[in-house]
Amino acid sequence: MRYIDPHIHMVSRITDDYQRMAQAGCVAVTEPAFWAGFDRSSAQGFYDYYVQLTEVEPKRAAQFGIAHHCWLCINPKEAEDPGFAREVIALIPGFLDKPNVLGIGEIGLNKNSKNELEILEAQIDLAAQHDQLILVHTPHLEDKLKGTKLIMDAIRNHGSIDPGRVLIDHVEEHTVGPVLDRGFWAGMTLYPDTKMTPQRAADVIEMCGKERLWINSAGDWGCSDPLAVPKCQQEMRLRGHPLATIEQISYENPLRFLSQSGRFKTSE
Amino acid sequence: MPRDALVDRYFLEHRAKLLDVAAFLDRLDRSEAPADSNEDFRIEALQRAISLLIDEKGERAKRVLELFSDPTDTPIDKAPMKGADGAYSAK
Repeated sequence: MRYIDPHIHMVSRITDDYQRMAQAGCVAVTEPAFWAGFDRSSAQGFYDYYVQLTEVEPKRAAQFGIAHHCWLCINPKEAEDPGFAREVIALIPGFLDKPNVLGIGEIGLNKNSKNELEILEAQIDLAAQHDQLILVHTPHLEDKLKGTKLIMDAIRNHGSIDPGRVLIDHVEEHTVGPVLDRGFWAGMTLYPDTKMTPQRAADVIEMCGKERLWINSAGDWGCSDPLAVPKCQQEMRLRGHPLATIEQISYENPLRFLSQSGRFKTSE
Repeated sequence: MPRDALVDRYFLEHRAKLLDVAAFLDRLDRSEAPADSNEDFRIEALQRAISLLIDEKGERAKRVLELFSDPTDTPIDKAPMKGADGAYSAK
């Protein structure tokens, strides 16, 4: 069954993962800029990363018939030094015209600090200035609920961002309601130990419906599963969800949100 | 999904997970107690969360997540680390 994985960090995955994803039905991925597991020592390190996301990775994906798109930003884990972060942000406009760039992301908060919030606001403004979609990272574990509220407030306070052009990712049972209620799109990340399991994601779909919701693997350099989306499709099939619902969650909803960029396409 | 089919499909999986929690609590009992005799805040949160599972008030997953969450609403001055503990400590 075809699917889109709208959040996966393929720079951290091996080429065999592309092959297995294609065999499982993946027709497109989108890759947000994120923390590499260590802090970069210079803005030039981010420049090289943006080249990898916009030039190298699309070619690697294309070998397996998967369309590759990306989002650019400085992630909140490296936002505690605002001067450095602003130096990185200044590089981003130079990449926004690359054909696979969909918007600004994954911006957000990590520990909900004042500096993180300042850099989040700067990148919300960058998205507004360049009419870009936004992909939001919400904090982990005990920091998620507070961080999600602060992020939604920051977007609302900017005043010129349509929530229908913002996807707030890594929602769980305690944040999905407020995110959808405020008009945003919500992403459920399927992780082995934290965030969501395929079973809980199917529960949320049963409780909250299938509008403005998507699922993703967020596969990266840690414990994660690049085949998490087809595993959730399987969970939904076994529960008796109609194929149309499974298709909407794993293909049509991401297609609808991402197509607002004017650039998104699948390999079909 | 009909209730009996749901039980058939998920019971053994969650029986195993429950035993994992039970064995973890037993393991804690066998471990050396902290010098100050104060329980780790994460274990205290876990114990409170377990009590939510049997209060029959529904929305257990949501309420457990809320119980583990930072209840404050203003940004902190500086990020103390990059990771997260899994439960909130006011200290």
